[in-house]
Amino acid sequence: MIEQVAEPLQQTGFAKVVLELHVNNHPGVMSHICNLFARRAFNVEGILCMPMADQTRSRIWLLVFEDQRLEQMVLQLEKLVDVLAVRRHGAEHEVFERLERFFH
Amino acid sequence: MMQMTGAELIVRLLERQGVRTIAGIPGGAILPLYDALSGSEIIHHVLARHEQGAGFMAQGMARVSGRPEVCFASSGPGATNLVTAIADAALDSIPLVAITGQVPLSMIGTDAFQEVDIYGMTVPITKHNFLVRSAEELLEVIPAAFRIAMSGRPGPVLIDVPKDVQNQKIAVEDFPAPAAADPLPELDLEAIETAARMINEAEQPVLYLGGGVIHSGAAQAAVTLAEQAGLPTTMTLMALGAMPMDHPLAIGMLGMHAARYTNYVLEEADLLICVGARFDDRAIGKAAQFCPNAKIIHIDVDPSELNKIKTAHIAINGDVSAVLEALLPRVKVMLRKRWLSHVQSQKTRFPLQMDGSDDPRTHYGLVHAVAAALDDDAIITTDVGQHQMWVAQAYPFRRARQWLTSGGLGTMGFGMPAAIGAALAAPERTVVCFSGDGSLMMNIQEFATLAEEGLNVKIVLMNNNSLGLVYQQQSLFYGKRVFASKYRGSPDFLKIAEGFGIAAVDLDAAENPRATLAQALTAPGPCLIHASIDRAHFVYPMVPPGAANTEMIGG
Repeated sequence: MIEQVAEPLQQTGFAKVVLELHVNNHPGVMSHICNLFARRAFNVEGILCMPMADQTRSRIWLLVFEDQRLEQMVLQLEKLVDVLAVRRHGAEHEVFERLERFFH
Repeated sequence: MMQMTGAELIVRLLERQGVRTIAGIPGGAILPLYDALSGSEIIHHVLARHEQGAGFMAQGMARVSGRPEVCFASSGPGATNLVTAIADAALDSIPLVAITGQVPLSMIGTDAFQEVDIYGMTVPITKHNFLVRSAEELLEVIPAAFRIAMSGRPGPVLIDVPKDVQNQKIAVEDFPAPAAADPLPELDLEAIETAARMINEAEQPVLYLGGGVIHSGAAQAAVTLAEQAGLPTTMTLMALGAMPMDHPLAIGMLGMHAARYTNYVLEEADLLICVGARFDDRAIGKAAQFCPNAKIIHIDVDPSELNKIKTAHIAINGDVSAVLEALLPRVKVMLRKRWLSHVQSQKTRFPLQMDGSDDPRTHYGLVHAVAAALDDDAIITTDVGQHQMWVAQAYPFRRARQWLTSGGLGTMGFGMPAAIGAALAAPERTVVCFSGDGSLMMNIQEFATLAEEGLNVKIVLMNNNSLGLVYQQQSLFYGKRVFASKYRGSPDFLKIAEGFGIAAVDLDAAENPRATLAQALTAPGPCLIHASIDRAHFVYPMVPPGAANTEMIGG
């Protein structure tokens, strides 16, 4: 048997990326999204979710590492029925930076 | 304005969607829906004996019809019993709508009797799922479920309906239109031009067809492309039948149990045209060493499959059928004498070794004898294991949707309920389920459903009284330490079948097994055909798990 266990992927060396998700606002959307990341042991460093003004949609912000699987992750996110759009921003995006003082 | 309950609304919407048969099992939390279904004059309900059987019956119908088909289960254990059939549909991209009863809304989250979070459990194994919170939502959810199941890459959708939502009264003004599939992705003509140029310029191209070719109804277009461009054509387990096995360009199934020449030809390819396939590990072996010299054109309706395992030189997101139709006028007619004669010589040098294929008392011989007694109209299902691979290797499939097998999930117990579903969808055809003793016992209770429905399903049981493929792997890769793979008892399957009211014949005892077999296959109604198989027969060739496809053992 030549099957080998892959080393867990170290993500800490990679640059960070901020993903902005436009989603339907109903119970269960978060579980669809988190499942995708958890299954692939793809660490989500930060997560923020608030309903939009009209309450039928929400915006989710995810802080993740930009490893080679990110592209596949985004494609999988885009397949989710409740995910309407995915946008990528650089780590310099201020959304998580401005929250940092709540985590110290 | 029409007054009705949520349950009655579901039934009306299913009727309007064209659903004519539903497999399922009732229970407390889905009784309102069953009560409403009892009033339907156009939907036939098939009472399974285990919810997994109901799920596979719906799958069998969907695999034959190509449309989403429906199964029902109650809450709790009823719903969890469906999980395997749903996961199986997800991995093979089968359109399925599973509707489960749930405890009333107010009791959700209280650990009520027969409450499980089936919505949460099925998140990773469905295309999408719904927990319906009002009868009004059903007007959107039911058509949406069908639309999602059939659009793009097909797949399963689960709808969990609490009991009080089923009982809720609703005034309906107009029914929503029955769901249709979403429009196809736009054609990427630039990529198609480039792909055509690559095919025209290639010296040693190979066409690699997957289940997507079957799902999108592209088998004819794929064969035309192969003929026009002179492409040797391999098929995955899911695509068998897309090109007739006896077509001069067909080089059989690729991968773990391919003929040696098939994997050798792929090794030499300079261009691989992958159509509706997903580079599954059982098909390609060690990914880094698969088709090492080939450029790759990958056509798939699911954008997340492109560049997932192998990076494509040209990745085309689109409906396989539409892309092939656009590709055809751009591809030159080529004879490719040098490459095709080389492929032919590899085939002659390294063919599939089918010892004893003239003798119906051997495994390959039995598959051939069954094929000889049937025509191309017959539908073939299998369970999972050695018998499945022998049938995949040896049966002369000649049309799309002739072959139904659990490919991605590899679910033992798939075969018989899927055959029942196939016969429900196509009652005019003979349906043959090849099974093994291990697999058959995993859903053997569906003999009762089969007997009740009196369908034209024949089960060909290859009995080696063991979990043959486990026994094979232990013998080959675990130092012959055979453990937990040989049964100590041996049930009398003939008596079991008779006990369920199903005719049974024993080929072991038959003087002329070929004649007995042909007679059993042509007599109407269900029948179990029992044949003993020597446990010492392994499936060869075999690529060891994790190895490259060219490192085959045996054969």
